[in-house]
This record gives sequence, C-alpha cells and structure tokens, in this order.
Amino acid sequence: MPKGEAKRIFRNNLGAENPVFAQILGICSTLAVTNVVENTVVMCLGLVFVLTLSNTVISALRKWIPSRIRMMVEVLVIASFVIMVDIALRAWLPDISRQLGPYVGLIITNCIIMGRAEAFAMNNKPWPSALDGLSSGLGYSYVLLAIAFARELLGAGSVWGIQLLGRDNIFAAAWLEGWTNWSIMVMAPGAFFMLALFIWIVKGLWIKPGEQKGCAQCRK
Amino acid sequence: MPEISAFAVLFAAVFTNNILLTNYLGMCSFLVVSREVKTSAGLGGAVIFVMTATSAINWIVYYKLLIPLQLEYLRFIVFIVVIAAFVQLVEMIIERVSETLYAALGIFLPLITVNCAILGISLFMVIREYSFLQSLGFGLGGGIGWALAILAMAGIRQRLASRSRIPRGLEGAGITLIIAGTMALAFMGFNGMVNLQ
Repeated sequence: MPKGEAKRIFRNNLGAENPVFAQILGICSTLAVTNVVENTVVMCLGLVFVLTLSNTVISALRKWIPSRIRMMVEVLVIASFVIMVDIALRAWLPDISRQLGPYVGLIITNCIIMGRAEAFAMNNKPWPSALDGLSSGLGYSYVLLAIAFARELLGAGSVWGIQLLGRDNIFAAAWLEGWTNWSIMVMAPGAFFMLALFIWIVKGLWIKPGEQKGCAQCRK
Repeated sequence: MPEISAFAVLFAAVFTNNILLTNYLGMCSFLVVSREVKTSAGLGGAVIFVMTATSAINWIVYYKLLIPLQLEYLRFIVFIVVIAAFVQLVEMIIERVSETLYAALGIFLPLITVNCAILGISLFMVIREYSFLQSLGFGLGGGIGWALAILAMAGIRQRLASRSRIPRGLEGAGITLIIAGTMALAFMGFNGMVNLQ
C-alpha cells in the first residue's frame, strides 16, 4: 500500500465522500435509531464491526467470486456477520436489542455495506479494504451521533438518559425547569427534518458544487 | 396478535404505520427514484407485488421450516435469500411472458432485492407474531403504503423542479427529506384509528 494511502482513505470517508451526507447511503437506520443516543451508539458499533469485517472478507475472496453471483455472495458474507451481532446483542444487551427490533437485521440491506463492498472491496487488497470499511463506518457513526444528540436533547431534554433540561435536571438549576420537550423530535417527522437540516448545513458550508457523488448503489 | 383482523392490519400498514413515513424503510430508492411519477409508479407496483408474495413465502418458511428445525437464528440469511431468489424468478418469468411488462417493471426488479422495506416487512412480521392472513395483509398494506408515499413524493417533486428555486445545499436529498417530514406530519393525522403496537 503506498504511503499516505491510509490517510487519504480516512480523509475521504470522513469528509467529502461521507456515506451519509455526501453519498446519501444508509438513510433508513440514520433516521430510525437516532431518537436515543444509547441505541445509536450500539447501532454504530454493530455497523462498524460488520462493515470492517465484511469488507475484509469480501476483499480476500474477490478473486474467487464469480462476477455473475457476486451480489449473492456479498449478501451472504454480510448476513453472517449481522447474525453474530444480533446474537451478541441478545445475550449481552437484551433491552437495547428489543428496542432496535428489526433494525439490527436490516444492517444487511444497509446500502453503505453493499456500496463499499462493490465500490472498494472488489477492487482492492484486504488491508486497505479493512481501513476503508472502518473509516466509512466511523464517518457514518459521527453523523448519527450528532443527529441523535440533537434529537434526544430537544425531544426528551436528556442525553444518554441523563436529564439535562426541564424538571429534575441534574444541574438543579431553576431556570432550566421551564424547558418544554419538543416531542416532534423523537417522532418520525423530527428525524426527517433533522437529517435534512444536517445535510443542508454541511453541503452549504463545506462541500463545493460538483464535488459530491450520488448514491451509486441505488442508481443501478 | 390474534385479535386484530387482517384487514385492520392492512389498513394500519397503509396509513397509521406507513412503512416509509413511520419506520423509515426503503429510503434509498425512495430518495433516488422519486423524481418522476411514471418511474415511481413502476417501482411502486413492483414493490407491492414482491412485498406481498415474499411476506407470505417467508411466513411459511419461518413457521413451517425454521421453527420446527430450531434454526430461527438463521432467519436473516434465509429471508434475504428467499427475497433475492423470488425477485430473480419473477424477472425471468416476466421476460418470457410479456415484453411490455418487462419493459415497465423489469428494470426495477434488481433494485428491489436491496430495498430494506421488503426485508423489514418480513422481520416485523416475525417480531409481531402475525398469523398467516395478518402477514398477507401486512405485506400488501406495506407495499401499498410505500407506493402511495413514493407517488405523492414524485408528484410534489415534479412540480417543484419546474417552478421553484431551492437553496443550493438543499437540492436533491435535502429538500426530499423535508417534504418527507411534512408528509409524515400529515400521516400522523391518521394516528389512533388502528393501534398496531
């Protein structure tokens, strides 16, 4: 691997080619699990695990996968890692597993994973592919955490279950008692608005026109 | 959930628990394909058909095959394989039988395998312990709800494209998400008519 390659992969996947706000991939889970910070952290860890390992394995197998059935092989590899995550969550974090419900299984159809497998792992050696998976996962995670932080804080006045605003806030500050929860933020419309706002801010301030790429996986 | 009729499940899946607007499933193709009413209608039709059929097949596979064999943990792999195989089969049949139908639906079928709404319906069906008829209603209703949402969105976006100026950062995905949020607000008006949870 040429020198500086790892740095370039990380910079691209965290910044200008971020899977969520630049490529618009993996939106389902971005919207669905971000109402509470705790669930989001668990979901992100699961996704980073699956994405890194599936990218590595698919890249290691890339010379033996016939191109006609490659989608099927990719899905099977991804699904086996997702099953591991699901079983681990059920054993160690049964409450969160119940709250996440079908969204753990839906990591299989999360287009970030298929997208990275098709776009990167099929053409690169295992080690850069692992880094690509890890950095894409981290790029996805920090966007989700930012959205979850805003949604839980505005929607329930808390972060990670700790009450920061409203009644019984941990600062015991009287001026925070008057906080009213924006209950719309924990419901479906709030998720759409929050992600749109995030994309607007990032694209408006950061990404110059012509630089962004579309969702290659979805357009097929 | 034996007490709810299959028809009520169908109604709920279309309106109160719309798969796209309350469970956020199938967003990827929703954001990309909803530019024109014609293509949206094609994809919507394909989703209704595949969703109904796969929810029925997956119900049979799960309760008659996986549970007796105690292989429930394999359901993710089995469901996605059933969906992919079914889509492939339908594509082949349509190609042989009708050229016009293939031209209308064919290009959308590969998109459907990776549409998370299809897998999502099967997973929800297992978690909520629906009976066979309820699952059928849930699959059909989920498909109709998804098609309804994407058709409405395509209509709005077609008008938007010709008449309004959108801030640069909001073009494409941004404005579509805001419209989807507004549609979700409107659909919240149906809340309380049927309770699924």
